[in-house]
Amino acid sequence: MVYLSPLLALGISLVAGTVMFGAMGVPPGGALYAFFVEPLTSAYGWAELGVKAAPLLLIAVALAVGFRAGVWNIGAEGQLTLGAICGGGIALWLYRVDAAWVLPLMLAGGVLGGMAWAAIPAFLKTRFNTSEILTSLMLTYVAALLLSLLVHGPWRDPDGFNFPESRLFSDAATLPVILPGTRLHLGLPFALALAAAVWVMLSRSLVGFQIKVIGQAPAAGRYAGFSERATVWFCFALAGGAAGLAGIVEVSGPIGQLLPGISPGYGFTAIIVAFLGRLHPLGVALAACLLALSYLGGEAAQITLNLPLAVTGVFQGMLLFFLLACDVLILYRMRIRLRNRHPGKAAA
Amino acid sequence: MDLLIAAMLTIITAATPLLYAALGELVAEKSGVLNLGVEGMILLGAVCGFAAVTFTGNAAAGIAAGALGGAALSSVFALLALGLQASQVATGLALTIFGTGLSALLGQDLVGAAYDGLPKLAVPLLSEIPLAGALLFHHDILVYGSLALPAAVAWFLTRTRAGLVLRAVGDSHEVAHAMGYPVIRIRCLATLFGGACAGLAGAYLSLAYSPLWIENMSAGRGWIALALVVFATWRPWRALAGAYLFGGITIAQLHAQALGVAIPSQIMSMLPYLATIAVLVLISRDKSKIKRNAPACIGRAFHPSS
Amino acid sequence: MPDNRPPPLLSLRGMTKTFPGAVANREVDLDLRGGEIHALLGENGAGKSTLVKMIYGVLKADAGRIMWRGEEVDIRDPAAARKLGIAMVFQHFSLFDSLSVLENIALGLAPAAWAGRGRRNELRSRIHAVSARYGLPLHADRHMHTLSVGERQRIEIVRCLLQAPKLLIMDEPTSVLTPQETSRLFETLKQLAAEGLAILYISHKLDEIAALCRRATILRGGRVVDCVQVADQNARSLAARMMGEELPDADLRPPAAAATADRPARLEVAGLSRAPAAGVAGGVALKDISFAVRGGEIVGIAGVAGNGQDELLSALCGESPPKPGDTGCMAIDGQACALAGARRRRRMGLAVVPAERLGRGAVAGMSLAENALLTAFERLPLMSHGFIRARACRRFAAAVVARFKVKSRGVDAPAASLSGGNLQKFIVGRELGQSPGLLVVAQPTWGLDAGAAQAIGVALRDLAERGAAIVVISQDLDELMSLCDRIAAICAGRLSPLFDTRAVSVERVGLLMAGADAGDNANRAARDAG
Repeated sequence: MVYLSPLLALGISLVAGTVMFGAMGVPPGGALYAFFVEPLTSAYGWAELGVKAAPLLLIAVALAVGFRAGVWNIGAEGQLTLGAICGGGIALWLYRVDAAWVLPLMLAGGVLGGMAWAAIPAFLKTRFNTSEILTSLMLTYVAALLLSLLVHGPWRDPDGFNFPESRLFSDAATLPVILPGTRLHLGLPFALALAAAVWVMLSRSLVGFQIKVIGQAPAAGRYAGFSERATVWFCFALAGGAAGLAGIVEVSGPIGQLLPGISPGYGFTAIIVAFLGRLHPLGVALAACLLALSYLGGEAAQITLNLPLAVTGVFQGMLLFFLLACDVLILYRMRIRLRNRHPGKAAA
Repeated sequence: MDLLIAAMLTIITAATPLLYAALGELVAEKSGVLNLGVEGMILLGAVCGFAAVTFTGNAAAGIAAGALGGAALSSVFALLALGLQASQVATGLALTIFGTGLSALLGQDLVGAAYDGLPKLAVPLLSEIPLAGALLFHHDILVYGSLALPAAVAWFLTRTRAGLVLRAVGDSHEVAHAMGYPVIRIRCLATLFGGACAGLAGAYLSLAYSPLWIENMSAGRGWIALALVVFATWRPWRALAGAYLFGGITIAQLHAQALGVAIPSQIMSMLPYLATIAVLVLISRDKSKIKRNAPACIGRAFHPSS
Repeated sequence: MPDNRPPPLLSLRGMTKTFPGAVANREVDLDLRGGEIHALLGENGAGKSTLVKMIYGVLKADAGRIMWRGEEVDIRDPAAARKLGIAMVFQHFSLFDSLSVLENIALGLAPAAWAGRGRRNELRSRIHAVSARYGLPLHADRHMHTLSVGERQRIEIVRCLLQAPKLLIMDEPTSVLTPQETSRLFETLKQLAAEGLAILYISHKLDEIAALCRRATILRGGRVVDCVQVADQNARSLAARMMGEELPDADLRPPAAAATADRPARLEVAGLSRAPAAGVAGGVALKDISFAVRGGEIVGIAGVAGNGQDELLSALCGESPPKPGDTGCMAIDGQACALAGARRRRRMGLAVVPAERLGRGAVAGMSLAENALLTAFERLPLMSHGFIRARACRRFAAAVVARFKVKSRGVDAPAASLSGGNLQKFIVGRELGQSPGLLVVAQPTWGLDAGAAQAIGVALRDLAERGAAIVVISQDLDELMSLCDRIAAICAGRLSPLFDTRAVSVERVGLLMAGADAGDNANRAARDAG
């Protein structure tokens, strides 16, 4: 039942997308094919799906934990950026070192960088009661400017013709490819492992129980003695760490250097992924694949059909709208049925 | 002296879009609606306004199209979050994501188009006054409008019955419903007003502030406007003060460069965002102050049946 | 009765209202005349509120006719009801906390009342005139969050009277008042009735009906079981009609309290002071609260709602850590616990039943098995190495369901699917199932039918007899007097000394609830407690 609504939302989005393509004067059949089928007609395309799905899954599965607890971290994009800055900084600092420990150090740096950035809204929320929605989002802009500052200034490639880019990472600082001939890197196994761990945590552990209780009924959480403060910290640390890891994985994998723009909005799209996946790790994994496909499709449609990249954003937004609408309609029907069965409360 | 006037004029232009967006959101929040889609509505307003001006050449059409664009997007919010009682937070985020994408899509052919800005309307006689004339009475219509808006909103909220009912709905929708007030309808109207104001903010950006269209040109102003509402503790006049404060910070970067201060532009560009965080901390640390001023029902879904 | 009189002010014929799956009202008839105070009597859930909500246009009847002065009318919404001259004071006040008294009153009146400064000043003077005439002192420009519950009710009544109504409906108005405030309200109501106003008075308190009303319509299970002249009845016969087969509460106290007098205290509270929670409307500060509860006894804390009960419960169960400026000592079984959090206190033997069942005592969307885990994991083996033992949770939940006869669709049913009474039985059962040494219960039987209330009372007494100390916080003075060994009253955050319930009168506790004679009671307390 709960998975009906994402499927329904997807179906309606496809219909709406068809209408949209028609309105733009593009033959809808061809556009949908280019968007959703063509990218998957080759093994390389499937690997690319994994490349795009990895950061989405990493971030979304961690965000889902926070959303379950009612912690609205929407600054994952900034935490991703900080992960890339910290991990990438280590790579640039050690670019002459050719040792096996460079990469793990970078990954750890990325995780810690993301966590540190996420710690700011967590601290402000727990200490000063400041809305985490606004602070985490503001910090996203600050992070983007910080990255821009670094690649325009101190970290600019001395041999890079003044382009705002860092030097390319050394081989020791590059994430190994796990499928030869493609760009599929270690990020995907990381993401799958995190999803599995979160699954176990949410369904079996006291921490997961605590998160669900605080999210659904904060007063019940206080009554049971669960700490809201600790939950806020935990959710931000988890999401920050995961986003930071996604950031360093991106720059040490597919990108290979630091650039002003390292993410096509993974941190924001992950919010959609989390909701589309019903805040459940398995659903999130499927949703991550779907939205990764929307990125691939957007790129493919840009090349083959000359459609703007913004189509991807529109499609993602529509998907979330329709999901929310379908959710409500389906849940509403369930609620009515629940009332039918247990009228005591309504009659009192 | 000219430099000072120029600086103050840029503060006014930087503050105006913030003021529109913040006041619109303030009214929506007073009725109990938390619409996080301001950023998306500003962008849609900006692209609609610019498109209308490009096609008709008429400034009034541009302004109207901006307001309509913002209101149209907010009606999606009203449908989902008020009509269907979806989560207001999630719907607002979806609105921003969708609005960002849609505006980029609609505006792809407008990139590079030129417009020479809204006409300045000099108030006869008054604009001749030295200094004050140039500063206060030589602006485009949207600036005058933005200065009248806090007064209008304050008057509406405290002096009219409709404003009283709107505040009542934001304070307790259950009670308002029990007394026979149409909660959903009132909230829809407030949301549409917020959307239209955000659309005007966008129209100001694309028609006056930097008369052109580029993707994502609002650069987080929608989120700053949301913070401004908290900063203003839901009072219109304080929103005016806050908007001008932030306007000043936003353009600090221009003047720092003009004065030859050697600070990287990125650092100066961070200032509005960092200032927003600082202000939020200062306002929110006193929990009781927020609770006393914030509409009690803010962000809560209302089910008319229960 | 000769029928040449004018038709009744209000007549209901065959009023029926069905909620999905249940009938709240079935074929209810009622007649009401001007100048009459008519009681609508029934237990919680008998359908009283549903009926008056249909009269007031909040709910739509499925079937039935409403006649107003003999003419059939269609009351679509509250505005239509007000237009006819029907006014209502709800059990939960229809007031807006962030607005002023004047604004609140204006919202209940016709739109013209708020048009222009002149009209607002006129309204202000009308408010003062009405409040002076009926002994309902009010200040129009004060803000709601600064007012007491009694003052809030006055606003509601003044707002109704400003509409010059013909019929005033009052839904359980005294549940928030002290006995003294209640008798003042009755004076006002009698004055209004004498001036020709019809009053429909909803209550389940028999003594109030006897003091105030001439006729009573008795509802049970959504049907009218009788319409009686109150003067012909006594409390017993009314109760029998109201409850049907069920018996009224029996006295659960053991014959004498002396048996526990020499036992050591299991809960000691000394000099407990707490600042009101920041930003909570109507938050009350706790001031220098001291008391002790011995094993084997039940101590009741009486008080009108909003006098610090919520704050006291929070402080006792350790939900929020003390803030700077909070003082006082607390000990469970002699172990200091003022700084301990809720989970540590549970390990020390505390169990708590909060007043709000859904959302605090239980999570609405979670299953009974998960809700069993909510508090029980500290004292029962439901966890191993940080992981939940799902089967143990289900077993425990099933045991609670079986012992307290909780009607549910099994332990996987969400808490929200239970009726209020069954959920309360489940929560009480969950807390008792942890065999606590100290139990704090708020409003244990609020909204429950007599049978369920009785079952919970017996279970509490059982637990006490096994040596536990129990604190019951309740607004229902009758319940406390029949359940507790000792009783104290809380008023404005101050707790009176404890009195033996066998030696203290209801009137005396009523005075304490109103904050009277709080000062000179030290030696009298000693005398009363014997």
